[in-house]
Amino acid sequence: MNARIRNLFGLVTALFTLLIAFTTYWAVFEADELEANRANKRPLLEEQQIRRGLIVARDGRVLVRNRAVGESPRFYERIYPAGALFGHPVGYSFVERGRVALEREYNDDLTGKQDEFESLLDEVRGREREGNDVFTTLDPQAQQVARDGLAGRVGAVVAIEPQSGRIRALVSIPSYDPNEIPRRFGDLRRAPGSPLLDRTVQSGYPPGSTMKVVTATAALDSGKFNPNSVVDGKSPKRIGGVPLSNFGNEDFGPITLTTALTNSVNTVWGEVGEKLGKRTMFDYMRRYGFDRKPLIDLPNDEIRASGVYARNGRLLSASDAIDIGRVAIGQERLQVTPLQMALVASGVANGGSLMRPHLVDRVKDRDGRTVREVKPSEQNRVMKESTAAQLGAMMANVVEEGTGTAAALQGISVAGKTGTAEVGTVINQAWFIGFAPVGNPRVAVAATVERTTGQGGTVAAPIAKSVMETLLRGNGG
Amino acid sequence: MTARNRELMGLIPVSLLVTAGFTAVFAAQQTQVGNASLVYGAIFLGLCLAVHIFIRATLTHADPYLFPLCALLAAIGLVIIYRIDDTLARQQAGWFVAGIVLFALTILLLRDVRVLERYRYIIAAIGIGLLMLPRLPGIGAQVNGAYLGVDIGPLSFQPTEFAKLCIVIFLASYLNERGEAMVAASRRVLGVTIPRLKHFGPLLVVWGASMFMLVFIRDLGSSLMFFGAFLAVLYVATGRASFVVAGLTLFAAGAWFFAHTVSHVQERIDIWLDPWKDADGSGFQIAQSLFSQADGGLFGEGLGNALLNLPGGAQIPPAPDTDLIYAVIANELGLFGAAGVVLAYLLFAERGFRVAVLSEDGFSKLLAAGLTAVFALQAFVIVGGVTRVIPLTGVTLPFVSYGGSSIVANFVLLALLLMVSEQARAPRAWRSPVVER
Repeated sequence: MNARIRNLFGLVTALFTLLIAFTTYWAVFEADELEANRANKRPLLEEQQIRRGLIVARDGRVLVRNRAVGESPRFYERIYPAGALFGHPVGYSFVERGRVALEREYNDDLTGKQDEFESLLDEVRGREREGNDVFTTLDPQAQQVARDGLAGRVGAVVAIEPQSGRIRALVSIPSYDPNEIPRRFGDLRRAPGSPLLDRTVQSGYPPGSTMKVVTATAALDSGKFNPNSVVDGKSPKRIGGVPLSNFGNEDFGPITLTTALTNSVNTVWGEVGEKLGKRTMFDYMRRYGFDRKPLIDLPNDEIRASGVYARNGRLLSASDAIDIGRVAIGQERLQVTPLQMALVASGVANGGSLMRPHLVDRVKDRDGRTVREVKPSEQNRVMKESTAAQLGAMMANVVEEGTGTAAALQGISVAGKTGTAEVGTVINQAWFIGFAPVGNPRVAVAATVERTTGQGGTVAAPIAKSVMETLLRGNGG
Repeated sequence: MTARNRELMGLIPVSLLVTAGFTAVFAAQQTQVGNASLVYGAIFLGLCLAVHIFIRATLTHADPYLFPLCALLAAIGLVIIYRIDDTLARQQAGWFVAGIVLFALTILLLRDVRVLERYRYIIAAIGIGLLMLPRLPGIGAQVNGAYLGVDIGPLSFQPTEFAKLCIVIFLASYLNERGEAMVAASRRVLGVTIPRLKHFGPLLVVWGASMFMLVFIRDLGSSLMFFGAFLAVLYVATGRASFVVAGLTLFAAGAWFFAHTVSHVQERIDIWLDPWKDADGSGFQIAQSLFSQADGGLFGEGLGNALLNLPGGAQIPPAPDTDLIYAVIANELGLFGAAGVVLAYLLFAERGFRVAVLSEDGFSKLLAAGLTAVFALQAFVIVGGVTRVIPLTGVTLPFVSYGGSSIVANFVLLALLLMVSEQARAPRAWRSPVVER
């Protein structure tokens, strides 16, 4: 019997060895795979144990803070005191729904991600990992004014400081309150008007006549035209083989480019576009940043490139069959983001030098030490300084006596361009892009309203005006 | 050194471990647990010392390592449970005291395990009755699809824990008497020993009982544990591997049949084969178990440092104090800690089988071997489930998991083993005379 008992013990030993072998497999050999498994919420939960950094507005207003949940272990939840006002640019960060926008783009800073050595050092010193604070360039007053200006209408406003590329306002309506994401994500995703969509960087709209600023840049900077060049403004006129009319089929006769911009004469700019040709037009569009995703500090898959899109969503280039005369007046299959149009205004405002746009200019640690600083940098020289001056004067004329008078400010000269793209019968995409003051621009802006019966000059210009006024007259300027 | 002094020495590492363990949890979770943690440690050691003194007085010569090994496992369990929820740990300590009381009563009242032989059919009936309890209307309770618990008023217990003792006692007694006859009266056909049908009958009865459990109690784990213990005792009694092979074949056939016909068995097996198909639903337990082990790695996160309690009261892994406590051990103490626990069970098995080897009468031998086998198998079934060696089922990890029934029943098992050991190791003059049948 004793031999049998020993055999039995042998079997038990074998079984227990199997247990240790399997534990070893899961704990050591398969550990990385399991860590990366989609169902494994541990990494996300562990990140929740880190107190994320704050996100702060330009005036010091705290846009996101943390609420501690539980004692041991302590978890942190995000609270967004600014609510819907900063919903789009700030985004959200929740275990259930992941993170978007600045919360996602600056996740490494906000979680205080360190290299192996630093984190080891902190562990030895018994310091808890803490997130760094992110300081944005956004101005709460301008945000509020832009929001009030849209007054519930679906649309977007972007304001940029032309000399630095700092984004001062980024508003998209309808918006959402990030605090509601955990409870109402499904509702928000299905809600009419798609409130989760950040129209400033994610919507492609026909730019209408605001595109004429790009066409004018190409015309003047290429040397083929000057502000006084005369082009026939008759209506209708064959462009791309198809008759093109002016607004109200008004016939202007031969006029200068300045007059043609002031009155937004389609037939003139259509002809200019055709004379410049696809190659030149695309060259200047690219100089402004068209045809690729903007170089802004938002997650790359959350922003959209502006350009001429084929029906299948492909970006077209100069070698494709395109009615360039209609591209020149903002029609054809052109789709632009409000951010892109604000960048166009910004490029003209800053003497032809387009500054790289950014939402964050500083990251500081808990003790207030600056960890990282974003210095203004030029993205591209779009045109000669002289071209920018000529174009600025032409755009100033638009606000003084043309279609953009609704954007005029008392005692401050404003330059701009309106746009009204027909998207249906009496349904327009209304636009205004511009900058001020003309001599020394400190703000460039793009405002747009979706599916309105009004025009750029009546609907979008007043919104742009109030945002510019706030940024120039308010303490934020 | 006498056996009892060696036992006392064996308690030293336990005392070190329990002190270090509670201190570590206290240091890691100061905000959550009070500074009473060290008091718990002291009380636990006091209890161990009391048991030691009791054994010294009643079972002078019994195996000196069995109790320290159980104390070691209980200490690990208590620290881990304390780390999960200090209220649970207090209750577990209460069950520990209850277990000690029953341990003492078993030894004082029974005196000699051979008495049990006389009541084998009564004991078998009690065992089967216990297994039926969870399906009785009104008191049966279903947990995770298995009928393992019984609720009587405020008291709930798991009858399988006690039933396993009854079944092993019966098998040891029955096979001690009939085992040789089964072999002697069998015929050899083509070199395979086939027992007569009348001897083969009991085998079929036990097989039927375990199949019945599989379907009726819906617990593959307990079924495996019982049938495994039966085969172990059968093998030790008859020495015929062919019987074991026949039994295993029958069990496998039965399990295969029910896996294809009974949905809950089928589901358990599907989850086992592919937990990732529904890792947030039916596969949640095993998936979280594996994630915990992966998180632990070689050395673990440290006691009290792993992510376990979530805000809102959820826990990962689920059932960290009972079914998945091994995963928590692997998470906090790493592969080394977990392997240490498995090693403790292996050492227990070694000492238990040694008790069987040293015993002189057949019943005691079979009883010691059977008790040791069922204890080791229980550890294998749950750890195997947690590590995905076999489908995950809801049996407890002996002495480690939270649960009154488990602690108390295993203390009785320990008492029986120690009594057999005392009988075998005491000088002849000390032994009580063999009980007359």
